[in-house]
Amino acid sequence: MEVQVYGRLTDIMGNNGLKPEGIENTDQLKKKLLFLYPELSGIGYAIAVNNQIVSGNYPLRNDDVVSLLPPFSGG
Amino acid sequence: MILRGFGEQAQLKLKHARVFVAGAGGLGCAALQYLAASGIGTIGIADDDVVEVGNLHRQVLYTMQDVGALKADTAAAWLLKMNPETEIHVYPVRLTSGNIADIIADYDVILDGTDNRETKYLINDACVSAGKPLVFAAISQYEGQLAIFNYPPGSPEATNYRDVFPDTSSNEPSCQETGVLGVLPGIIGCMQCNETIKLITGTGKPLVNRLLVYNALTNQVNEFSIAPGIKNAGSIQPDKSEVIQTWYGTSTQGSEESLEIKPADFSGQLNRKNITIIDVRESDHRISPADFQHIHIPFSELTENLEAISGDTIITFCERGILSLHAARMLRDAFGTERKIYSLQKGINYWNSTHRDTGT
Repeated sequence: MEVQVYGRLTDIMGNNGLKPEGIENTDQLKKKLLFLYPELSGIGYAIAVNNQIVSGNYPLRNDDVVSLLPPFSGG
Repeated sequence: MILRGFGEQAQLKLKHARVFVAGAGGLGCAALQYLAASGIGTIGIADDDVVEVGNLHRQVLYTMQDVGALKADTAAAWLLKMNPETEIHVYPVRLTSGNIADIIADYDVILDGTDNRETKYLINDACVSAGKPLVFAAISQYEGQLAIFNYPPGSPEATNYRDVFPDTSSNEPSCQETGVLGVLPGIIGCMQCNETIKLITGTGKPLVNRLLVYNALTNQVNEFSIAPGIKNAGSIQPDKSEVIQTWYGTSTQGSEESLEIKPADFSGQLNRKNITIIDVRESDHRISPADFQHIHIPFSELTENLEAISGDTIITFCERGILSLHAARMLRDAFGTERKIYSLQKGINYWNSTHRDTGT
């Protein structure tokens, strides 16, 4: 599974395409990321799986591409 | 009109369209330029902000001469020069839950070019409530987001901003704080206009229910589809009264009554001790006379002259009460609660004609 990030998440997590293993759903992914990057605490972001925005606890498979989209607010 | 796939019908649709642009900043300036150029018949511009030097690298409708002037007025004047047939309505006010429904009622399509999250939620909810399609855009450092929400309005297939970002709490620093690539809002604002034109004329593939993310550094473009019909816990289907009652954060809630001093009360303040009254009008805009004790610090010079401002109470004034309200907010941010800060409601022009000689 590959995780791609956008916006300020790139500042926090880098841009190298994380490839976590053994993650079964989005809740697990969020927990793991919070553990690896504590600065994510308090930052909301939308999650897309294979370019489809999902909600709730969504199941993940090994070949999924997960995108993390923080809200932008500049104008 | 000779462009393949476009033609006279499409051009007429643009002419009859009424488009509202919230925010005449980086996104707004770019979108507005091309909306007017493309022949949109009626354009509404809402922005209560004034032009500052720091804006000029990315808000391309403004020049050094415009510093201190209202953005909405300045943008309107420029667009009319470009296309004198455009009907332009200016709203030099902050959009709030109390005024937004009435303001957008007259328009067919709404563009979000604002720069803070509270207003983005406000606009989204007002569009859902009023049944208006929303062309949403936002930027952050080197990336931009773009989407068309609430189309067709009222349809179960339509999605809105809360379907993507239901969580209102996360805080994003502003462009003034983190910096932004100047040309980025230009690119995204133009794309926003493009989506609007596609929507109005029925050409191409507008970003309905899709979020586009563009990276200016890599030119990477990603599109994400938003599933229709899936409403997250945070999304609401508000009606107008709900929008009015919802708390959108201090910048968008009702009016800023606590920062304004009523004209009648201003008279009583004039001879008090320890009070500083500041004329914030730019030097060549001082039209109405002010024959009471005051100092003159033009708005554009306020931040450099904060130390010159003494007194426990500060009252700012200008011609109509808009620039001075902006100044009062700035001073409140600078001084916090150390001083009492007010802006003369409706300005010196109104006060002169109603209260000056009455001794009240």
